[in-house]
Amino acid sequence: MLKIQNLQARVENGTQILKGIDLEVKAGEVHAIMGPNGSGKSTLCQVLGGRDGYEVTGGSVDYLGQDLFELETEERAREGLLLGFQYPVEIPGVKNIYLLKEAYNAQRKHRGEPEADTFQFLKLVREKLNTMQMDESFLHRAVNVGFSGGEKKRNEILQMLVLEPRLALLDETDSGLDIDALKVVSEGVNKLRSPDRAIVLVTHYQRLLSHIEPDFVHVLSDGRIIKSGDKTLAHELERNGYHGIIEEAA
Amino acid sequence: MSTQPHDVEQLIKREYKYGFSTDIDQEILPPGLNEDVIRAISAKKGEPEFMLNWRLEAYRHWLTMKEPSWAHVHYPKIDYQAVSYYAAPKSKEDAPKSLDEVDPKLLETYEKLGIPLHERARLAGVAVDAVFDSVSVTTTFKEKLGEAGVIFCSFSEAVHNHPELVQKYLGTVVPAGDNYFAALNAAVFSDGSFVYIPKGVRCPMELSTYFRINAMDTGQFERTLIIAEEGSHVSYLEGCTAPQRDRNQLHAAVVELIALDDAEIKYSTVQNWYPGDEEGKGGIYNFVTKRGECRGRNSKISWTQVEAGSAITWKYPSCILLGDNSVGEFYSVAVGNNMQQIDSGTKMIHVGKNTHSTIISKGISAGRANNAYRGLVKVTGGADGARNYTQCDSLLLGDRCGAHTYPYIEVKNPSAQVEHEATTSKIGDDQIFYLKQRGISEEDAVNMIVNGFCKEVFGELPMEFAVEAQALLAVSLEGAVG
Repeated sequence: MLKIQNLQARVENGTQILKGIDLEVKAGEVHAIMGPNGSGKSTLCQVLGGRDGYEVTGGSVDYLGQDLFELETEERAREGLLLGFQYPVEIPGVKNIYLLKEAYNAQRKHRGEPEADTFQFLKLVREKLNTMQMDESFLHRAVNVGFSGGEKKRNEILQMLVLEPRLALLDETDSGLDIDALKVVSEGVNKLRSPDRAIVLVTHYQRLLSHIEPDFVHVLSDGRIIKSGDKTLAHELERNGYHGIIEEAA
Repeated sequence: MSTQPHDVEQLIKREYKYGFSTDIDQEILPPGLNEDVIRAISAKKGEPEFMLNWRLEAYRHWLTMKEPSWAHVHYPKIDYQAVSYYAAPKSKEDAPKSLDEVDPKLLETYEKLGIPLHERARLAGVAVDAVFDSVSVTTTFKEKLGEAGVIFCSFSEAVHNHPELVQKYLGTVVPAGDNYFAALNAAVFSDGSFVYIPKGVRCPMELSTYFRINAMDTGQFERTLIIAEEGSHVSYLEGCTAPQRDRNQLHAAVVELIALDDAEIKYSTVQNWYPGDEEGKGGIYNFVTKRGECRGRNSKISWTQVEAGSAITWKYPSCILLGDNSVGEFYSVAVGNNMQQIDSGTKMIHVGKNTHSTIISKGISAGRANNAYRGLVKVTGGADGARNYTQCDSLLLGDRCGAHTYPYIEVKNPSAQVEHEATTSKIGDDQIFYLKQRGISEEDAVNMIVNGFCKEVFGELPMEFAVEAQALLAVSLEGAVG
């Protein structure tokens, strides 16, 4: 589904951050990318998600048989590559339900399907709200405005559940969550798991991975994946810290 | 509701049959302004003497006045002798003969606004013949208003048919010599609208200038007078919700509203005059004086405006809260793109006791536009318990535009409560990225953010205006980001 080869990227006219990333993600898999601060985790997410301000200086990314960088940001999203934000953005005056519906319909339109019937759409959203243990009043609040950290993250997963991505890229979805919220968010992500969908989790901490069990764990350091393994790698990290692994790889 | 798009379409298809007497059709006075010109205007309109005297007085006063220069706008000096003061109704000879002769860019805009074909022609000033008979629609609506005792007609008609009302109220809110542009208007105004709602009547429909097509063509100097008698209620929609190409450069209108005891006037405007091109060539100078007086107890005047057009906007719809417990409101969205300059805001003058006012102003600047909010909240000594809440937000798109806020607060009563909140924000790259990452195009993302920003004001607009205002914003801001 996603094949990253020797990907190199930098901040536009700035520091080189990604220095050659190789990663292959297949449908049905859950990958965790872990790494210390500044290792390039977020940059990887932003570059894949299509944020301006980064420059790809080498390598390639193939997504569903297409050159990912040939797709505009919104096209990537419509093709099912959705990024869950570390810091979800506030959009004052725009209701959550409105954004959900616009996004949902943008996707349908892209697939040549008719716009969703309002009644059925609402029914769908209500179901997903239940999963995320969110009150219906969330739908009528402005997008992320005045949301607590936990509410924002829940809202990200709610969007995922509604939009049903083929590849969900979750950037530090666990940061800023208390234990209860972490459980709810993890449950939401687990609901996303399916044989035709891939999930990439980016995180600092092992604790998320005790709720969402990954098939693969990768350690990112200084813009490269220095070690890959199964979920036991996460436990190893927990015991020895990034330091041990980085030294070992050096 | 009678402002169904369908009805409107029908109405727009035909020529206006009221107001002007036919003998003055297509006449244009030569440029220049002097007492003879004013006498000629008055004579052409067959006005009673009190009107002529009022005009002359205004003119003499105007001669002693100076054009204001305090606004945050810049424009070359206007030669008032080069303007023709009786250009309405417009000559059809130099109008485009068909849509083929109209600037394709303008047509593209109409397309985006979803304006029906035949209406586009009218808006572009094409001299189309009425092919559709919709007199019955007008008749129905005239009858309905007539039954309620509501007078809604052109100003000229009012001068002829209801001179006592005109004489009683004209210039009592905006005096002839109020300011430079108001004085000029008083001297030379060609036509406008007149509304009278009798005691206790709730106007059975929203009144709209749509119904008075020729109000669009009366040119630069219109005058509107709305009187709401005790306990009455009226909602008035002004303006053109689509771009209107106009050769005239100066547009100096005056609007006076009078609300008596327990009366309520809601005045909504969507202004979309030609803003000039990307380089700032052409466009309307919109120098307008709008003021309402809450003359009676418990009266209420509410202004809602969406200002999207004009090269320069100089406009401060205001409320004088004379009656005890009266309420004044001002909800505004002002959008400037390219080289547009906007200096707009309101004045809330609290005179009566327990008077309340609310000001919600949303300024949006894009391109190289400059957008200033200028507002006065004045609480006089006797206005015990006066309260004002002002919220003034600016949104910037890009980094070459400007937003300015000039709040003036004068409080002479210690029991007054005046609150002022102001914010300035930029449409963030992170907001746009967020929405694009949900599959929404950049253009839609910008529209969504801007509409969210304006939500409180759009909520005040009558439904069909709100929809058009959103479409208008999208067109106005096209290409502003990216």
